[in-house]
Amino acid sequence: MSPRTPGADLPEHPDSLWRNAEPRRSYDVVIVGGGGHGLATAHYLAKNHGITNVAVVEKGWLAGGNMARNTTIIRSNYLWDESSAIYEQALKLWEGLEEDLGYPILFSQRGVLNLAHTLQDVRDSVRRVEANKLNGVDAEWVEPDEVRKICPIVNTSADIRYPVLGATYQPRAGIAKHDYVAWGFARRADEAGIDLIQDCEVTGFATTGNRVTGVHTTRGTIGAGRVALCAAGHTTVLTDMLGIRVPVQSHPLQALVSELLEPVHPTVVMSNAVHVYVSQAHKGELVMGAGVDSFNGFGQRGAFHVIERQMAAAVELFPVFARAHLLRTWAGIVDVSPDASPIVGMTPYDGLYLNCGWGTGGFKATPGIGWALAHTIAHDEPHPSVAPFTLDRFVTGALVDEHGAAAVAH
Amino acid sequence: MTGPFRISEGGRIDRATTLQFTFDGQPYTGHPGDTLASALLAAGRHQVATSIKLGRPRGIAAAWAEDPSGLVQIEEPFPEPMLLATTVELSDGLVAHGVPGQGRLADVPDSARYDAVHHHVDVLVVGAGPAGLAAALTAARSGARVALVDEQSEAGGSLLSGSDVLDGAPALEWVASAVAELAGHPEVLHLQRTTAFGSYDDGFVLALERRTDHLGAAAPRHLSRQRVWRFRASSVVVATGAHERPVVFADNDRPGIMLAGAARTFLHRYGVLPGREAVVATTNDSAYDAALDLHRAGVRVQAVVDARPEGSPRRREECEAAGIPVLPMSVVTGTQGVDRVTHALVAPFADGQVGAAAAIACDLLLVSGGWNPAVHLFSQARGRLRYDEALGAFLPGEQLDGLSVAGSAAGVFDLAGCLADGRRAARAAVAARGIPAADDDRLPVAPEPVVPAAPLVLWRVPDTSAAGGSTQFVDLQRDATVADIARAVGAGLRSIEHVKRYTTIGTAHDQGKTSGILTSGITAELLGTPVRDTGTTTFRPPYTPVAFAALAGRDRGRLFDPERVTALHDWHVAAGAVFEDVGQWKRPRHYPRPGEDMAAAVLRECAAVRTGVGILDGSTLGKIDVQGPDAAVLLDRLYTNLMSSLAVGSVRYGVMCGVDGMVIDDGTVLRLAEDRFLVLTTTGGAAKVLDWMEEWGQTEWPDLRVHCTSVTEQWATFPVVGPRSRDVVGAVFPDVDVSAAAFPFMTWRDTTLAGVPVRLARISFSGELAFEVSVNPWYAVAVWERLLDAGRPYGITPYGTETMHVLRAEKGYPIIGQDTDGTVTPHDLGLAWAVSATKADFVGKRSFARAHNAHPLRKQLVGLLPVDRDTLLPEGSQIVEFAADGQLPPPPVPMLGHVTSSYRSAELGRPFALALVKGGRARIGGTVHVPVNGTLVPVEVTGAVLVDPEGARRDG
Amino acid sequence: MQLIACPWCGPREEVEFSYGGQAHVPYPDAPGELSDEEWAHYVFFRDNPKGRFAERWNHSAGCRRWFNAIRDTATYRFERVYRLDDARPVTS
Repeated sequence: MSPRTPGADLPEHPDSLWRNAEPRRSYDVVIVGGGGHGLATAHYLAKNHGITNVAVVEKGWLAGGNMARNTTIIRSNYLWDESSAIYEQALKLWEGLEEDLGYPILFSQRGVLNLAHTLQDVRDSVRRVEANKLNGVDAEWVEPDEVRKICPIVNTSADIRYPVLGATYQPRAGIAKHDYVAWGFARRADEAGIDLIQDCEVTGFATTGNRVTGVHTTRGTIGAGRVALCAAGHTTVLTDMLGIRVPVQSHPLQALVSELLEPVHPTVVMSNAVHVYVSQAHKGELVMGAGVDSFNGFGQRGAFHVIERQMAAAVELFPVFARAHLLRTWAGIVDVSPDASPIVGMTPYDGLYLNCGWGTGGFKATPGIGWALAHTIAHDEPHPSVAPFTLDRFVTGALVDEHGAAAVAH
Repeated sequence: MTGPFRISEGGRIDRATTLQFTFDGQPYTGHPGDTLASALLAAGRHQVATSIKLGRPRGIAAAWAEDPSGLVQIEEPFPEPMLLATTVELSDGLVAHGVPGQGRLADVPDSARYDAVHHHVDVLVVGAGPAGLAAALTAARSGARVALVDEQSEAGGSLLSGSDVLDGAPALEWVASAVAELAGHPEVLHLQRTTAFGSYDDGFVLALERRTDHLGAAAPRHLSRQRVWRFRASSVVVATGAHERPVVFADNDRPGIMLAGAARTFLHRYGVLPGREAVVATTNDSAYDAALDLHRAGVRVQAVVDARPEGSPRRREECEAAGIPVLPMSVVTGTQGVDRVTHALVAPFADGQVGAAAAIACDLLLVSGGWNPAVHLFSQARGRLRYDEALGAFLPGEQLDGLSVAGSAAGVFDLAGCLADGRRAARAAVAARGIPAADDDRLPVAPEPVVPAAPLVLWRVPDTSAAGGSTQFVDLQRDATVADIARAVGAGLRSIEHVKRYTTIGTAHDQGKTSGILTSGITAELLGTPVRDTGTTTFRPPYTPVAFAALAGRDRGRLFDPERVTALHDWHVAAGAVFEDVGQWKRPRHYPRPGEDMAAAVLRECAAVRTGVGILDGSTLGKIDVQGPDAAVLLDRLYTNLMSSLAVGSVRYGVMCGVDGMVIDDGTVLRLAEDRFLVLTTTGGAAKVLDWMEEWGQTEWPDLRVHCTSVTEQWATFPVVGPRSRDVVGAVFPDVDVSAAAFPFMTWRDTTLAGVPVRLARISFSGELAFEVSVNPWYAVAVWERLLDAGRPYGITPYGTETMHVLRAEKGYPIIGQDTDGTVTPHDLGLAWAVSATKADFVGKRSFARAHNAHPLRKQLVGLLPVDRDTLLPEGSQIVEFAADGQLPPPPVPMLGHVTSSYRSAELGRPFALALVKGGRARIGGTVHVPVNGTLVPVEVTGAVLVDPEGARRDG
Repeated sequence: MQLIACPWCGPREEVEFSYGGQAHVPYPDAPGELSDEEWAHYVFFRDNPKGRFAERWNHSAGCRRWFNAIRDTATYRFERVYRLDDARPVTS
């Protein structure tokens, strides 16, 4: 037999992942949404707080929403203190997550380049790098010749439409394998006795006075001491049932993948101006995100002209990609808040906790938000890392506005 | 003749021409009309590659895009990763080799061209098989505008793979006549080698035409290699046929094992015998055609192994007449061989139980487990699928508006039925468009269909061996087996999506064209649930892989994004300008003289403006003509300050905020008449501000009688700036009194120059005496050159954006988007004077009253002067509290703000900066630190205006 | 890519349009009289239903007119387009 193709296969999943639990009458905590955030929250409730009388209810299949659809980029080089703190907390957890979960999550710290193409990009990039340094986040500004050393296939010639003027580089950033991450959290939660209940859609909430006491689902009513919403793009579908207004809008965000290719792309490259973010995943496929479709949509699909534009940007920045092939396109639903920062924490209802508005940043936050939300639920008060991300900030004006320096960040 | 397995006649190849090619380093020959796969098979070569994980030999298992096995890398004429040997048309000089798992990208740029065409039709027919041709003819005869696309090199579809008869003649004669008839309809577009790969809303279908690949190195350079067709069709008829599916058994992946229908294709279309001794394993009648056809062509058919209890008495008789043994109630349980199948292991099969197997020698094992309608485009268009128990396949489960499925894609498998179904679909499509049907839409007569015996739905043969399904391959590209599915189910997985992710089935190049339904069936079997409940994973575009470059099309290089240039662009280029991208515009950043770097050039340009006169191409500034009786009302509501009080002939600076109170743009406003204003915006903000005005005007205040029009391109604008600017402008426009008394600051005048209208405005973005000269761009060069001529005695100096930025920064004028980031109010910028206290309301006003806006630690725009009078602070640098020990504390270090603009000042003789600093105005006179390259630079906080704070220079 | 029926130009390609979010959110008559919370709801809060949604579109690369539409955010299907001076349609 010939040798196995290097890198072309992945570690095997374990022989046992989770029970398929039937819903019980009630739980101390019900987490609505069995995606990455919900599963991570369940894991840390058990691990950090000893709370295991917990159900995660999922309307479809576990980790089948944005967790299955994102481009798995992990980084913490955000501009504002509040943002870089929560993403850096997550990144530190990522660095120990494989051991914690006992699961090969394939976290690969191959570094992320955020390219600058205009003088204003350069200013914004330096600003972010300098802020990152002062916050203890690894980050540096690299000139075009260093960009070429880090990722030789980037077109750094001066005669392209928007030449690369430099980049920010975060060496500790990288990618992981999303299914493996989700299943690792799910398996740990299941082992702790937490019920993972699939095909169980929340259709309403049981309330007593100002307290949420349970959820009505397609599989019956489930009582709950506390309820956490981890439903990403579907958050407002839930909060509308309670009459809570949450300022997020749900949009399709498309992504795509190529066939398996010999290694050509050693890092992760992101460009807001030319609009590319691409990595070469573990098996060798190019994984690439496209732009957000502008309209509100829950259809998990977008328009093809967005993909075509994405391909133009990819070939512009990476000429060697010309004859790579688009194999599959798909879309997730991103919940975007007015300041492009998440909304996490307490709600007008006692015992109800909100976690949404992550937009394109949800995957990279997974362990961090799981940790912080579990704390928030356990103590009935916001974990310090999520304290700035209140729903209330839209009234006071104390926004954490990531638009300025991040635009479409992933 | 090429290859020992090529028959002497028949097929669609041109035996008169021989093509040379190289595969895995070996020379081979073939003919035009061959695919790489058929040419290899003609040479007797079945193995194409080895498998990705296990390194097992893999061959050619199908005849077109559904092949899950034969992946190749093209090296010549140009490297292309991962194509199927079955879909690569042979060309002379082709060099290819098998791909074990990963393709290879070229390390040189692809010089081929790619393009895209939009095409609008009444009816788009996808697939030129019998159903598609019938549909296209029917629609064309009605006079409808029709497009017919088909992925093969020629029309005919399944008719190319058989020996069907229509109107008593070979069916391909009818195909030829149909193609000829379509060519005679002027409103018909017929494209072969064109794969419809994506189906979207409202009849939008994307197709990829491969225009030159089949020509190899001989492809003309001027032709685009591939073309994306963007069809918009009132109705789409999907006539994409069906894919045969295998039955899974042990060691079902060896070269020499292929789908039964594929063997017919290789025989009839390419004149190739895929083997000498064949065993045919089936669960349905269709594979008997393969057995009989191969027998007639001289292949020894050792046995037809039919899993069904009854089988088909009629088919059995046909075989017996030909001397082919039929083994009913039997299955293939496994195979022998290494790089080619040598034996099929055949065993009795009853009630789901397998008996003892016997080996039958063969070099070709044909398999048929039934047919899966190619419902991809229907499903992509959000059509719901339904599982058909009898066929063991998913069929279209609903009617969609504007998209119908016809022929075997809809589960119609006989020729007469396909023709009739194609016509039905086309008639409905034409009628929906309101076009009367043709008087005569006759179709050829097919032989009366024979009703086939019922097929058996069998996903896999039970594996009672120790292997436990670990050599029963479900997805050959991923080396995924029945045992893997069993492990997934055993791990607790119930969703087909989870099983797919656990096993990676369906994620490879073929995206599960054959493995998808097998996985659904086998998973359902293992779970004991109906297949309809298990369902199938989602069909996503593209149907077959599409090169990135094809989708990028012409939008590459300079065409990636349009370049906007001013009327003076060529002059700037000739003057040696270094350009900067500002939005889509190319703007001169500076004009270095020989030996000058940017710093030197900018110092020189700045000094010239502050001491003599300079000239800037400011044409990129946005210009919006706002007209109507209520123009002033609209501007009052959108600007923070009052515009209605502006006198005709005067100019006012204005700031615009979003509803959140944050600055979104600034600029000057000229009042041209009582009912007319010219609004100047930032270069980058022009489109946004026009959008903003129109949005508010139309959606909130439709009662306002006002219209806004972009006139950015209608005016070329040159600020002439500096103490000698009056001399220059006065010389060029002698009929204008340019004295400060007659032409005061913030006013404008119209004049003419040699009959050409010119507008002059006393606006200054530098604090110096300045005149903005605006003229129709047709006369831009002439006016610019006259100004240069007139300025020559004063050393007039063209300057770029960098100098403009330095000059405005010295005056503390912010650039929106550089000194702001969407979180800055006019008050933060020190522009409270431009916020009206008298207006009852304007957009953004209410937000100023929010709690956070009164916070004493809001960031405010201030000036910074490095204490060493030497360090140029990098723009973007962060600002921290002054540390007495000169050391940064450990992180996180609290930040006070950041440097937004930073320059060397010729006027000040030192570097300076603008910055947004928390509580900045209260810190004026204090010292802070800026970390630069690891050291802390002490910096004095100052007011934002560093040059001429009294404004004494503006009148010269 | 959808066809969107501009009330003035008829069906045109989706790329010619830009999206304007929820419709029928009028600018408050007297913003100064609103509480911070009421004002925040005007500035930042918009409905985000899964299903039928009245929303604003602009034919920005065509006639540049704004109009309203009733569209299903789950299927993306436009049920109705109507001019700004048309009353909000009654949909069953």
